[in-house]
Amino acid sequence: MHVPDGFIDAPVSAGTGVLAAVAVAASLRGARRELGGGLGEAGERTAPLAGLVAAFIFAVQMLNFPVAAGTSGHLLGGALAAILVGPCTGVLCVSVVLLLQGVLFADGGLTALGTNITDMGVVTVLVAYGLFRALLRVLPRRRSAVTVASFVAALVSVPAAAVAFTALYALGGTSDVSLGKVVAAMVGVHVLIGVGEAVITAATVGAVVAVRPDLVYAARDRLSVRLELRPSPLASTDAGTTAPAQEPATAPTDALEGSPARELESAPAQEPAKVPAPRRSARPLWLAGLAATVVCAGGLSFYASASPDGLEKVAADNGIDEKAEDHAAEDSPLADYGVKDIANTRLSGGLAGVIGAGATLAVGSGVFVVVRRRRGADGGASAAAPQPADAPAER
Amino acid sequence: MGFVNLAAFPADGADVPSLEVRGLAYAYPDGHQALFGVDLTVERGRRVALLGPNGAGKTTLVLHLNGILTPGAGSVTVAGLPVARPNLAEIRRRVGIVFQDPDDQLFMPTVQEDVAFGPAAAGLRGAELRERVEEALERVGMAQHAHRAPHHLSFGQRRRVAVATVLASRPEILVLDEPSSNLDPAARRELADLLRALDLTVLMVTHDLPYALELCPRSVVLADGVLVADGITQELLSDPELMRAHRLELPFGFDPRSVTAPVAQRPRAT
Amino acid sequence: MGAGHAHKLYKDVRSPVHALPAHCKLAAVFCFVVLVVVTPREAVWAFGAYALLLAAVAAASRVPPRHWLTRMAIEVPFVAFAVLLPFVAEGERITVLGMSLSEPGLWGAWNVLAKGTLGVAASVLLASTTGLNALLLGLARLRMPPLLCQIATFMVRYADVISDEMRRMRTARVSRGFEARGPRHWAVLAKSAGSLFIRSYERGERVHLAMLSRGYTGTMPPALGDGPAARAQWARSAALPLAALAICVTGWAS
Repeated sequence: MHVPDGFIDAPVSAGTGVLAAVAVAASLRGARRELGGGLGEAGERTAPLAGLVAAFIFAVQMLNFPVAAGTSGHLLGGALAAILVGPCTGVLCVSVVLLLQGVLFADGGLTALGTNITDMGVVTVLVAYGLFRALLRVLPRRRSAVTVASFVAALVSVPAAAVAFTALYALGGTSDVSLGKVVAAMVGVHVLIGVGEAVITAATVGAVVAVRPDLVYAARDRLSVRLELRPSPLASTDAGTTAPAQEPATAPTDALEGSPARELESAPAQEPAKVPAPRRSARPLWLAGLAATVVCAGGLSFYASASPDGLEKVAADNGIDEKAEDHAAEDSPLADYGVKDIANTRLSGGLAGVIGAGATLAVGSGVFVVVRRRRGADGGASAAAPQPADAPAER
Repeated sequence: MGFVNLAAFPADGADVPSLEVRGLAYAYPDGHQALFGVDLTVERGRRVALLGPNGAGKTTLVLHLNGILTPGAGSVTVAGLPVARPNLAEIRRRVGIVFQDPDDQLFMPTVQEDVAFGPAAAGLRGAELRERVEEALERVGMAQHAHRAPHHLSFGQRRRVAVATVLASRPEILVLDEPSSNLDPAARRELADLLRALDLTVLMVTHDLPYALELCPRSVVLADGVLVADGITQELLSDPELMRAHRLELPFGFDPRSVTAPVAQRPRAT
Repeated sequence: MGAGHAHKLYKDVRSPVHALPAHCKLAAVFCFVVLVVVTPREAVWAFGAYALLLAAVAAASRVPPRHWLTRMAIEVPFVAFAVLLPFVAEGERITVLGMSLSEPGLWGAWNVLAKGTLGVAASVLLASTTGLNALLLGLARLRMPPLLCQIATFMVRYADVISDEMRRMRTARVSRGFEARGPRHWAVLAKSAGSLFIRSYERGERVHLAMLSRGYTGTMPPALGDGPAARAQWARSAALPLAALAICVTGWAS
């Protein structure tokens, strides 16, 4: 989906450039909070995580599928970034990837950097994160919920970026390719790519949640550890400092800094008391909203059913099934994720409907989350907010 | 060759121990608790071995010494300076950790740049920085390799460069994680000679019991997150019950009682 | 880990181009590409002149032509789109070699192909003559926000770790007789993606801890990078974009 130089006209390129600059600047501010600030456990550890996510995105973006109208289609990775490191850092990760791709490999034009960041960074990350948070609220509080939510978030984020791309093309495209063809090619192909993206994102997030839940930004608020002190056989020489046998001691608040995960340890008593009430009352609302959007999506899927033949034509014309293998760079870490069978999968109207539903839900829930968080902060019942410990990071 | 540490703010007398760990407990974010209240004091200029089976919490303990992990309970003090957020930069200068895999430790294009990394991060530059680098490389006998790429060196040379990278910051205490692993016998001996010549406070985490006996008059044993033994290395290794209870095994045919242990550094009774 | 300096793109030879500070080269390449992009596509000769400029830089850099020509293969997907463009685009149709092609599509293809190729060539030359560490320090010197620099630095380090771990895992899979064929094996591959992530992270984490232990605070110590560039170095770096500017202006005027 990298937009090459000269594909979008100058005014729109400049406009998206400004948009991207604003988004990156805002993300820089937000990321400082997500990353937990300078020295100290949280900040020091999430910065390399952001780098790893960027490297991962770089790797998955090497899987290129040719798409008509002068652009490429590939896995995007925005959803993975948003879920693992948070939305602001996620935008930064994708932006860094796009910058280095532009500078080092001329993949995506330098003058189109703003367009690319807006499309593949901001749109995917916001859609994926909004949807992910919303789903986590609806789904039962189990570990598998994180995997399911990341699957759906990733699935929707890719076609959402394709839609955004089409919108930008409609505003400022320079080639004389009809809008219908662009929509068919971009959205159609990217629904298929979304499936691959969803599989990889869900597998990665699922594995990380299982082994290192502390590395998943969106799941951090589920951690709480109690410390136990055991007597040393040498304790007789130094009895004063050791606690009695087996007595569980609540960990004191971190002496050095407040990483979001640890901060909760000091407040285990408050959490059960305050959190369940708002959560229980909110769930029916969310379920109702989900049902409503799914019903609305019927219309979208009806519309989508008009274009599958266009997609099939694009797939056959471009020879996705034969060429995809050649373009998967030999050195790509993901090179053996055989993509040759992707064209065999058929786009169904229902899938498009789900995606429409998800996109709607994402936008709606984004607004809802913002409103709710603000209210939560005012009311003092902010234990359920995703960033419980930003205060120590501010200096 | 001991350095006078001007930056230390408590009185820099010999009575301030290089390292003081009090009631240290820690659980990883995934819920696994690794340390359950550890107390350990290392006097200035001593070499102490930290022994224990795999999974005893040795590495977790080491990562607390320079504030990479934050204690869940308890405290760590380095030469009188508590390991706490405002002191982290100075703490990390004072505590020189040499990690087990030199490939993890060496990441710059040349040996010289790698050794310069620590002092440069502390703000040194120009002639002073060059001097530090030369001095550190000199001490580990690697000065003639300053311009080579670390991954072109032999494993033993890489470990010596890794030692130099922390020496360049003039640490108060040198912490070595499995210093003898993967070394051939000659490299192992060269490293031992080097460590003896350094005359620094050393905490050495190791499974290599003869190496501990050779270098460290005092040893402590960590098992299941608590210290279970603390004493003269030769005596600990000669205690078959203690050894069996904590999965410590000497190489075949090695009798610690037959070795003349170094007596220069007898620890105080604990 | 030995990353960041032994990259496949970089060709370690001594030349006047290698000797220039990274941030000067970055600025020069950026200006050059912008000028190439704003050149009207109808000024066909200008793109030939740009190509000659790059060839001159390549000659001065003493990078073997084979090295950077093979690295330009990264452009192949681009060429594929460009070739498709005349077939799918709208507008007036003309017949070339018995095929009906769209004329605006042909211009579009030429546009993407010429500008894309020049951009790729300039970038490949930059990457061939500048180590990755130097490049990252150069970006920092060009005032890229420190957090972005930090993420980029780690990304470059992790890229090596990931491909390394990937190789090991693939070896382990193949040794046990597993080969990915079609979607039936996607589950296995997706699971390896997850463990690949964790393995890469934990290995990278050890490197990072070692860096932290030596006082790393998020930025490379400036004492280890290029010093501020001398005026002469800026002047030498500016030769490429200035020549390009002249071509670009002429291109618009003609």
